[in-house]
Amino acid sequence: MFRLTESPRLSEFERQVLPHLDAAYNLARFLMRNDQDAEDVVQEAALRAFRFFDSFRGENGRAWFLSIVRNTSFTALKQHHAVEGNVVFDEELHSEQIPPMDAGTALDRAQDQQTVRAAIEQLPSEFREVITLRELEGFSYKEIADIVGVPIGTIMSRLARARRQLQTILSRTYPEAK
Amino acid sequence: MTRNHEQIRELIHPYVDGELDLLSTRETEQHLRSCAECRGMETALRGLSKTVANSQPAYRAPSHLRRNVRAALQREARTTHKSFNPWLVFATGAACALLILGAAFFQTTRASRNETIVREVIANHVRSLLATHLVDVSSSDQHTVKPWFDGKIDFAPDVRDLSKDGFPLVGGRLDYLNGKTVVALVYQRNKHPINVFIMPATANLDSSPYVVTRRGYNVLSWRHHDMKYWAVSDLNEAELRRFAEILAQ
Repeated sequence: MFRLTESPRLSEFERQVLPHLDAAYNLARFLMRNDQDAEDVVQEAALRAFRFFDSFRGENGRAWFLSIVRNTSFTALKQHHAVEGNVVFDEELHSEQIPPMDAGTALDRAQDQQTVRAAIEQLPSEFREVITLRELEGFSYKEIADIVGVPIGTIMSRLARARRQLQTILSRTYPEAK
Repeated sequence: MTRNHEQIRELIHPYVDGELDLLSTRETEQHLRSCAECRGMETALRGLSKTVANSQPAYRAPSHLRRNVRAALQREARTTHKSFNPWLVFATGAACALLILGAAFFQTTRASRNETIVREVIANHVRSLLATHLVDVSSSDQHTVKPWFDGKIDFAPDVRDLSKDGFPLVGGRLDYLNGKTVVALVYQRNKHPINVFIMPATANLDSSPYVVTRRGYNVLSWRHHDMKYWAVSDLNEAELRRFAEILAQ
């Protein structure tokens, strides 16, 4: 039978934006720190992006979509826990939360993955996002600055501090990362 | 200019991230060869990135999320198609507002333009009575009055004597109204002179007489057979109206 063709706008959106769903979910998952909230954020962000698709100039679909995911996440974080976004990292307090590894036991990849994810999740949200965008998604400083909406200089210093903290956390498990 | 150790240390992160320009990269490399502390920092950074990358910590969108997002987008695309794009709603609203404003403005300017003409009509009427210039051609014979206008104006007004209806034709003259030369026909009703100004109409729809009263004068205007008529007199409104109806027949 005959099927109505999809709206050209939707097809174009699916072509430009949906390939970045993994990156979107990854960022949302690290910011929200649980599956369900991350899924909600991505779905909401996709709808928002679709509504504002006309404002997208076709330059960098991945960065454009992730900036919407990022903003949607922070809005949700503010609603969920009014203070979460600005928790000052306290090394003494946070470092103990890492699940202790059995010394001398070879860690398989699943354990490595779990450990690194847990370490990133201990960072404050502003550090989680720069680590995710740089170390996991490989965005340039300029792109990160655009996504987060702050100057490149701020991204540089934020990234340096985020890495120092991540190093501190991970060095307890992986001395070679120190 | 060469940077010192403190300044170079700031560049280690962008250096490892490949964010430095060529010159700064060279300078940093040079410094790294001679500075063990900065080399240590570089090694630690590269180690961290490697540890993170090797563990593959990135999450992947679950397949049901992908399905849900597509379904939600299709719903959204349908509703925005069927109902309204917010921009379209805004644009339509703005267009409507403009239209209403425009119509109001047009009405206002038309009303004020009309008001100007009404005042001119009365002024012409009064002037024609003050001076001895009521008529240029004095005749109750329409066959005398009508040809008099030939060659003086570029339209042929309908000139009829209405004596049998109690509105005898007194004569005609040329006058000036709304920046144009117009025909003025003068009728009389029980000593009340009536000036009728006739000019080609800009709109070709007939319209029924419309009356305004200013300073004791009644002014009637209507369109008939592509002509715009203005009748002005101190005659009462009912009789002037009747006159206009007879003239428009």
